[in-house]
Amino acid sequence: MNKENHQVLLEIKDLHKEYDTRTVLDGIHLRVHKGEVIVVLGPSGCGKSTLLRCLNGLESIQGGDIQFDGESLVGSNVDWQKTRQKIGMVFQNYDLFPHMTVIENILLGPIKVQKREKKEVMEQAAQLLEKVGLSDRKDSYPRQLSGGQKQRIAIVRALCMNPEIMLFDEVTAALDPEMVREVLDVILGLAKQGMTMMIVTHEMGFAQAVADRILFIDEGRVCEISEPKEFFTNPKTERAQQFLNIFQF
Amino acid sequence: MDINWQFIISTLPLYQKAAWITIKLGFWGTLLSLVIGLVCSIILYFRIKVLKELVEIYVELSRNTPLLIQLFFLYFGLTKLGITMSETTCAIIGLAFLGGSYMSEAFRSGIEAVSKTQIESGLSIGLSQMQLIRYVILPQAFAVTMPSLAANCIFLFKETSIVGAIAIAELMHVTQDVIGMYYQTFESLFMLVAAYLIIILPLSFLLTWLERKVRYAEFGN
Repeated sequence: MNKENHQVLLEIKDLHKEYDTRTVLDGIHLRVHKGEVIVVLGPSGCGKSTLLRCLNGLESIQGGDIQFDGESLVGSNVDWQKTRQKIGMVFQNYDLFPHMTVIENILLGPIKVQKREKKEVMEQAAQLLEKVGLSDRKDSYPRQLSGGQKQRIAIVRALCMNPEIMLFDEVTAALDPEMVREVLDVILGLAKQGMTMMIVTHEMGFAQAVADRILFIDEGRVCEISEPKEFFTNPKTERAQQFLNIFQF
Repeated sequence: MDINWQFIISTLPLYQKAAWITIKLGFWGTLLSLVIGLVCSIILYFRIKVLKELVEIYVELSRNTPLLIQLFFLYFGLTKLGITMSETTCAIIGLAFLGGSYMSEAFRSGIEAVSKTQIESGLSIGLSQMQLIRYVILPQAFAVTMPSLAANCIFLFKETSIVGAIAIAELMHVTQDVIGMYYQTFESLFMLVAAYLIIILPLSFLLTWLERKVRYAEFGN
């Protein structure tokens, strides 16, 4: 499925990120088109998560530019509160607010940040909860849910803001194998609906199934960008070949 | 042992009056302490320049000096400087000055216990700093710190027993007077203990109930 003639939603140009003296991202270039699903792969510590975190301002960057929806996300006058509403992010450890029920978690952003009508948001939340199969848990507290359920709620919380792009940062890494599936199914469903996504994962089968393109990063540099079939059967670089071999027994 | 019930009944009104004064001092002292503590801990959280240093100095000064000395300073010391306040005002300010630092430290530990990822999670849905404090950080900090806040409240109510030193007729002061006048030491002290229990036990139960309520969402029962 080629989406490269779609409008460019996110453009990363020569992105540099350093922690003190250590270079984490060393000149990343990427164009994400509307509706495209980019899966970011790479060994631990290669900068995958940092890349996602730079995109919604959780990390400062030291060089390069990020254009989102035609606006630069670099510099001190970026309105992050506004931008983050359009960039949904889901984290490895779910990070639902433990003192709020499921529905309160979901409503917080839409009502307090976006100032939307409670009734309208409730309807949307109900639909989304239905879609992830958790309608009956809306009054539960996070501690009463399983990991997989928490992660599905975290996805709903992000979706309820009506973002233009979703960032998934190793969202199944903390889950039991049985629960991985239920979360990945939700993300696959989103891909079918045409949601633009950037996904950091270690689930290779899932990466192959969901991605339009694979971005392979090593030591802060882009080693390879290719379509999943090509990447998994015939990787261009030796580094990617090595990486893929790890997953074979 | 003979207990002089007649004496107990006859001094009851005195104790009653003193108990109200103790409650009043404890209530305002605690309330102001909570406000001071909250404001201080938020200043520390945001690392506001200058104010942060002032808060740190205040906390050290207040926690490392005895309440009695603080009260003497407020009551006798300030008078020398031309600032005169009523005994009650002095006592409440003294309690709030002491309690504020304890509350501030309690709030701070609660705020620091809120994980960084919670803050990122809040930021990523577009919350502003103030919204983050109000909807994410403080409620969680409260749940964590409620036991120490409760302990501080009870501590402050008990600390009111010192303010008799600046001529306030609270329970301790009245008891000393009564003993001095009638030499009914046992009965007087019995009344004193009973009075504190009557004030502090319900407070303690109330705080336990509140603690359960505040902590239910996060920690269950």
